[in-house]
Amino acid sequence: MSTATMNVVERPAERTVAQRQGVSFPRVVKSEWIKFTSLRSSWLTLAGAVAAMVVIALVIGGNIGSKWSTLAPDDVAPSGVLRGYFLGQLLIGVLGVLFVSAEYSTGMIRSTLAAVPRRIPVVLAKALVFGGIALVAMTAASVTGFLGAQGLLSQSHHGVSLFDSGVLRVVVGTGAYLAMIGLLGAALGWIVRSTAGGIAGLVGFLIVVPVVLGVMPGTWGKNVVEYLPAGAGSAFTSSLHTTYMLSPGAGFAVLLAWVVGGLLVAATVVKRRDA
Amino acid sequence: MIEAHNLTKVYGDKTAVNDLSFTVRPGIVTGFLGPNGAGKSTTMRMIVGLDNPTSGSVTVNGRRYADHSAPLHEVGVLLEARAIHTGRSAENHLRAMAATTGIGRRRVEEVIDLVGLREVASKRAGAFSLGMGQRLGIASALLGDPDTIMLDEPVNGLDPEGILWIRNLLKGLAAEGRTVFVSSHLMSEMAVTAEHLIVVGRGRLIRDMSVADFIDSASTRSVHVRTPQAGQLRSLLLRDGVSVSSSQHDQLDVTGLSSDAIGAQAAEAGIVLYELSPVQASLEQAFMELTKDDVEFRASDDQSLTTHNQELAA
Repeated sequence: MSTATMNVVERPAERTVAQRQGVSFPRVVKSEWIKFTSLRSSWLTLAGAVAAMVVIALVIGGNIGSKWSTLAPDDVAPSGVLRGYFLGQLLIGVLGVLFVSAEYSTGMIRSTLAAVPRRIPVVLAKALVFGGIALVAMTAASVTGFLGAQGLLSQSHHGVSLFDSGVLRVVVGTGAYLAMIGLLGAALGWIVRSTAGGIAGLVGFLIVVPVVLGVMPGTWGKNVVEYLPAGAGSAFTSSLHTTYMLSPGAGFAVLLAWVVGGLLVAATVVKRRDA
Repeated sequence: MIEAHNLTKVYGDKTAVNDLSFTVRPGIVTGFLGPNGAGKSTTMRMIVGLDNPTSGSVTVNGRRYADHSAPLHEVGVLLEARAIHTGRSAENHLRAMAATTGIGRRRVEEVIDLVGLREVASKRAGAFSLGMGQRLGIASALLGDPDTIMLDEPVNGLDPEGILWIRNLLKGLAAEGRTVFVSSHLMSEMAVTAEHLIVVGRGRLIRDMSVADFIDSASTRSVHVRTPQAGQLRSLLLRDGVSVSSSQHDQLDVTGLSSDAIGAQAAEAGIVLYELSPVQASLEQAFMELTKDDVEFRASDDQSLTTHNQELAA
């Protein structure tokens, strides 16, 4: 007979009376924090999103100084060096999808929802943990990329300061935009429960739909695009204001509404559906 | 204590669980037995609130599972070994589960030792064998030191040593006064582990009885007789409490009489016997007999495994 068996037989004598504490929101947050930070793929994808922002900013900053006079207005605007957001949003969005959909693909969700059968705290805790981590990481990446690029540009005297008019809004706004796209990804993950579906939905929503609507005849398509997540985001992450663009404040509010709305739908379907 | 009242779950046009009522009592191991597709897993998922019943209700320790403030302390559950993120280590999985209800690091280490996963605790769960996955699932079920433990097919994928380990673990937990509810499609396993049986087929309750009663009914002996005077012997033997069936013209299967008695009576009447042999149904046969009308998927050629115990289902 194995030693394992012996241990079990002896257990009754030493039965531990565990302290019985209830489920609480801070505890669910802690659990989600452990989940996020204990996966190597979380850190790799996050590092990829940060690297995309910083490296692309440095490449742009190191190359446009010499061709300054030949460039378009949006290239030389302060937001021009933050174009890495385009790749960054896909990575952080995918990470948001994965943080949720991987629970479904691995079956972990059943352990999660059995531990927290009220379910909604899980949706909120995941959003809080992931949103918080993404906001800090993406804002840091945006600020670092911007400062690095401006440092390179200042050699050709084209650099601008973080504290010039409207610049801080663009740089911090880009970090916030990316965090919110990550949260939209998480909401999609809850709604479609599959990694492939979530990523497809995210790319379609962020990139494909705006492009298709943008080439529709007339102006209605462009008017709709203003209110989609990517369009609303560009209203506060771009230094230039163009036609078919909301004001920065309105753009932020619209994107925030998408995120809140997405998470509400997520919470509703998670509460209702069988796991 | 688990109490199910008229539990029903319908998926589309398929009724997975049909008006199921039962009580699982503390202090003993209760086996939840049924062929694959009988609705065992669905029932277990409804018990812990993962699936919502179409109608009916189920309570654990007197309340709906979701209404408990500390569910992990009420019910420890292993639904399937793979309800674990493959990229996370066993230890981190348990830490994340434990955190939801404020269970400390010490208890996490305790259950790792208890299930014998110490050496692989920091390895990715995705690299685990099926048996190691089962052990991790059981560790997670035991985290909250719960009064009720519910395991879905826990011996799946375990080696003989692991099966013995589970068996002793379950008995030990029941001896501590806990409610232990274990599903299986193997009667033989339940016969040595469980004291009580809830048998289901096609989502319906077939039997709710003690294992001792089940074994009693299963060990109803029949006697196989081969004789050229089958008709004569039949009329000689038939009386109250005795039943005789015949699969071929020179063969009889007799229940209710010992082979000794049959032999003596045949000799008295001058009947020639070619063969006289007691037949005992195995538990597995008894179980198949019970559930034969309720098996969802079956090989098309319905081999008669049950010729010798036709009275069992009565």
